[in-house]
Amino acid sequence: MNRALSQRATPYWLTGPALLVFLGLVVIPLVMTVLLSFYDWGQYKGIVPEFTLKNFHEIFTDSYFFEIFLRTFRIAVLVTLFCMLIGVPEAYILNRMSPAWRGICLLAIIGPLLVSVVARTLGWALLLGSTGLVNQGLMAAGLIHAPLEFMFTETGVVVALIHVLIPFMILAVWASLQRLDPQIENAALSLGAGRLTIWRRVILPQIVPGMLSGGIIVFALAASAFASPAIIGGRRLKVASTLAYDEFLNTLNWPLGAAVAVLLLAALVAITVGSNRLIERRYAQVFE
Amino acid sequence: MRRNGPLALCFHALFVIFMLAPLLIVCVVAFTPEGYLSLPTRGPSLRWFKAIFDYPEFIRAFRDSLWLAALSSTVAIMLAVPAALAIARHRFPGREALTTLFMSPLMVPHVVLGIAFLRFFTQIGLSGTFLGLVLSHIIVVLPFALRLVLAASYGIDQRIEHAAISLGAGHATVFRRVTLPLILPGVVSGWLLAAINSFDEVTMTVFIASPATVTLPVRMFLYIQDNIDPLIAAVSACLIALTAGLLIALDRLFGLDRLFVGTGKG
Repeated sequence: MNRALSQRATPYWLTGPALLVFLGLVVIPLVMTVLLSFYDWGQYKGIVPEFTLKNFHEIFTDSYFFEIFLRTFRIAVLVTLFCMLIGVPEAYILNRMSPAWRGICLLAIIGPLLVSVVARTLGWALLLGSTGLVNQGLMAAGLIHAPLEFMFTETGVVVALIHVLIPFMILAVWASLQRLDPQIENAALSLGAGRLTIWRRVILPQIVPGMLSGGIIVFALAASAFASPAIIGGRRLKVASTLAYDEFLNTLNWPLGAAVAVLLLAALVAITVGSNRLIERRYAQVFE
Repeated sequence: MRRNGPLALCFHALFVIFMLAPLLIVCVVAFTPEGYLSLPTRGPSLRWFKAIFDYPEFIRAFRDSLWLAALSSTVAIMLAVPAALAIARHRFPGREALTTLFMSPLMVPHVVLGIAFLRFFTQIGLSGTFLGLVLSHIIVVLPFALRLVLAASYGIDQRIEHAAISLGAGHATVFRRVTLPLILPGVVSGWLLAAINSFDEVTMTVFIASPATVTLPVRMFLYIQDNIDPLIAAVSACLIALTAGLLIALDRLFGLDRLFVGTGKG
């Protein structure tokens, strides 16, 4: 009896330390942040711990904030779409390579994941600047006459974020491609299906769950990205995360910054959990 | 399996160029002999690499980042190993909830975590301290450690442990001599992935770093916000070279696909 009891307590002893750390360092700080978003703030009085909806009211009524949130989600949607458009064929090509070549190519594709985002974004700042290689190349080729503006534009931010996040899409799609039986493709071929038909009717339906779960990851990371929008977008082209950063470390209006963060978190949780549910229901048979 | 056609290979080549171009341009520009950003058309120069040593803040930040990565991933793995063993082999009430909680730092945007830690540490007097950085990084890297140890723990045949117990080994001995060696690949790769993620973390750290305790990526980020010059390209080039070396070592040791397939999923 006593032994059975101690057996049942074992998992709690094992997870206990991590649980305590997470309660203390994740749950409490997050709750404090949510509370902070309902506090009052004034230029001279600082943070006043009185319940108010002022911060949320300000965000919802001021078009300045609306524009920033709209831009954040526009960028995230564009990045997700382009990651799918480029990442899906690339994963397919990767999957058909010989193992030796695939190993080398994986180094090139996954490798950048390990390099600091700051260094990668610096690379894009160098490439996309008005005297950067991309503009010089396009002008030398006679395609454009004046340098295109990439820096401090949404286009620049989208390009840099695609580079940062596309490995996640490729990995997700590749994982679902690996579960695919190559004989199905051959069967379709032997039954007289063209290559396009095979893609559309055989392969695509089977990798859609991988695409969607990759898409959710990319979307969530793009909508909350900080370093790339901050470097490429500069101080003028703000997104939600750089807005929160400014409120916290420049304006020092912490309650407003916390409200921005809480809204971003709530929106992302709603979108990711919602679409996960949808995918699982729609594609339940694929997940078995 | 059918081979890739020429069109597919073209697409692939363009994609690889797209992935490597920003890293290569940083490395090339770092060798410029000029005082401004330019390609080294007059031949390569090590001028800007030497200049790094005149900026001790980069060297200090690098050292702090290494310490931070080593400490936080070590504590994270020490928390993750028992938790992973419990989750992998026990069915208990709250198991799902605990797993979700431990994986939640992957779901919660790092900006939000940074804000939460800034608020929390300010309240309890830890803001701007190295301890604060370590505590926050433990949280952020624990999911990576947990996932790889978990994957390794699912694969063990528990009969081996039962055999050891029936032969008279105590619980500590079984863990040290049987269980740990079996999950060691997961523990090592989990530690490494945690350390890399700690070393690269910038979004959350930028909120809680102070001038006295700043990591290398945050130092670089703050520098770039002021101006972009060949010096920062040289620092980045060093970082890229270091990562490339580590990457090749990792690939030889574990196989990159095994380390990364599934990354980013909660």
